[in-house]
Amino acid sequence: MQRFLPHARGKGLVNGIPAVLSVASAFALWEIYVRLSGISPLILPAPSRVVDQIVQNRALLWGHTVPTMTATLAGFACSVTVAFILSVILDFMPRVRRALFPIFVISQTLPLVAIAPLVVLWFGFDLTPKILLVALVTFFPMLVALVDGYEATDPEIEALLRSMGATRARVFRLARLPSAMPYFFAGLRISITYAVVAAIFAEYVGARAGLGIVILNAKNSFRPDLMLAAVVISSLLTLALFGITAILQRIVLRWRDAEGAE
Amino acid sequence: MTALRIENVGISFGATEVLRKVSLHVEEGEFVSILGPSGAGKSTLFRLLTREVTPDYGTIHIDGTPLSRQSRTFAFMPQRDALLPWRRVLDNVTLGLEVQGIPRAAARAKALPFFSDFGLAGFERHYPAQLSGGMRQRAALLRTVVQDRPIQLLDEPFGALDALTRMGMQRWLEARWLAAKWTTLLITHDVREAVALSDRIYVLSDRPAHVIDEVAITTPRPRLDRPLPDSARALEDRLLKTLLTQTGD
Repeated sequence: MQRFLPHARGKGLVNGIPAVLSVASAFALWEIYVRLSGISPLILPAPSRVVDQIVQNRALLWGHTVPTMTATLAGFACSVTVAFILSVILDFMPRVRRALFPIFVISQTLPLVAIAPLVVLWFGFDLTPKILLVALVTFFPMLVALVDGYEATDPEIEALLRSMGATRARVFRLARLPSAMPYFFAGLRISITYAVVAAIFAEYVGARAGLGIVILNAKNSFRPDLMLAAVVISSLLTLALFGITAILQRIVLRWRDAEGAE
Repeated sequence: MTALRIENVGISFGATEVLRKVSLHVEEGEFVSILGPSGAGKSTLFRLLTREVTPDYGTIHIDGTPLSRQSRTFAFMPQRDALLPWRRVLDNVTLGLEVQGIPRAAARAKALPFFSDFGLAGFERHYPAQLSGGMRQRAALLRTVVQDRPIQLLDEPFGALDALTRMGMQRWLEARWLAAKWTTLLITHDVREAVALSDRIYVLSDRPAHVIDEVAITTPRPRLDRPLPDSARALEDRLLKTLLTQTGD
């Protein structure tokens, strides 16, 4: 299988070219528009100005990126752990699943604008409310992905394992859990893109530091360039987490490369 | 010695009667086929043996002991190969041993010597998706026999293969069986396969399935690399005619 990998990686770079080109040309158009129209930077700053702000305020931005990153990662870690443990319980106890699933669905219907201030009101300005909000937003896609993934196990494989004398727990470990992994990573990729946004929103509602605070302060002092600088940092953060997820997926789901290679 | 004796067994699922008073037996070292139309309940018979389901009536004995007191009798090969796509071929083959609690190193040491006889040498570290259909079936069969269970249950093992690969696999299975003489119960709807491989054949009717014919094949082995004698050809014709009376359409 090793011999397929360099090939796949080279193809990945070539496949990336259109994406890079389209993003670059969007920024170029933006820059050209700002320069030609002479629009005020207080309304729409050019990308070059935003980059300039990032460089000038790098110490400030970094100082606020760390708490956001901490909240995101801590919230996400909680969320993955809880989603996994719950998914196992729900898989072994279908009756519990029927009882609890509506609650999880309802948790996803709550508007964040209302929930976030309440959570801050209840848990204060520290890390706890941010972790809770990140977890609340990211946990459901992963839970659903895991539960659906277990269900997608080939019944013939399960029958085979039972014929070998495997217990229910063994069947879960040997067949259901690995079967759910592709689903889990699909859920993970969706969740991770919400995580940073949720953390920033929680900060925006009430915090001492974080990119959400940078955005709030920049808004209050009519500094769209600084706001966009924080937005760029938050996007890069999400992209980095997305990239890590993709690498993890590649490692865990190595066997899928084999399917493509055949 | 009688390895397996099924007596007067029947089962229904809801209003659907699937098996009706089925009796059959397999002697030790014997290759027995169950021939029947599709959907007749042949696979249900295997599910009874692997205790996925329990019969409504009738008895099943293994070496004279009731089935319910035996749990490690059968090695089962399902219709599709059911290889775990995330496990390498070697780890798929040792799956049954692993479930039995045999340490990985010992399980591998036990399985590896078979790889060349099963035409899988050099593919130990491949994933199932990288194998051809025939190789996948051979890996599934190796996974079955390496468990050292007294009786092998093969549920249409070659049904999913193309005609040419299937003939190759039948020849190969005949050779392997002649070398090892596993006690084998084969489910098939392929008359030629049943006649070529079996010592005895039971013919099941359409649902509710019951035994409508039992024939012994005395043609000397190996049978597949030379022309079949007229007696075997006549038998094939007879079995085919019997089966054709049983298809619903």
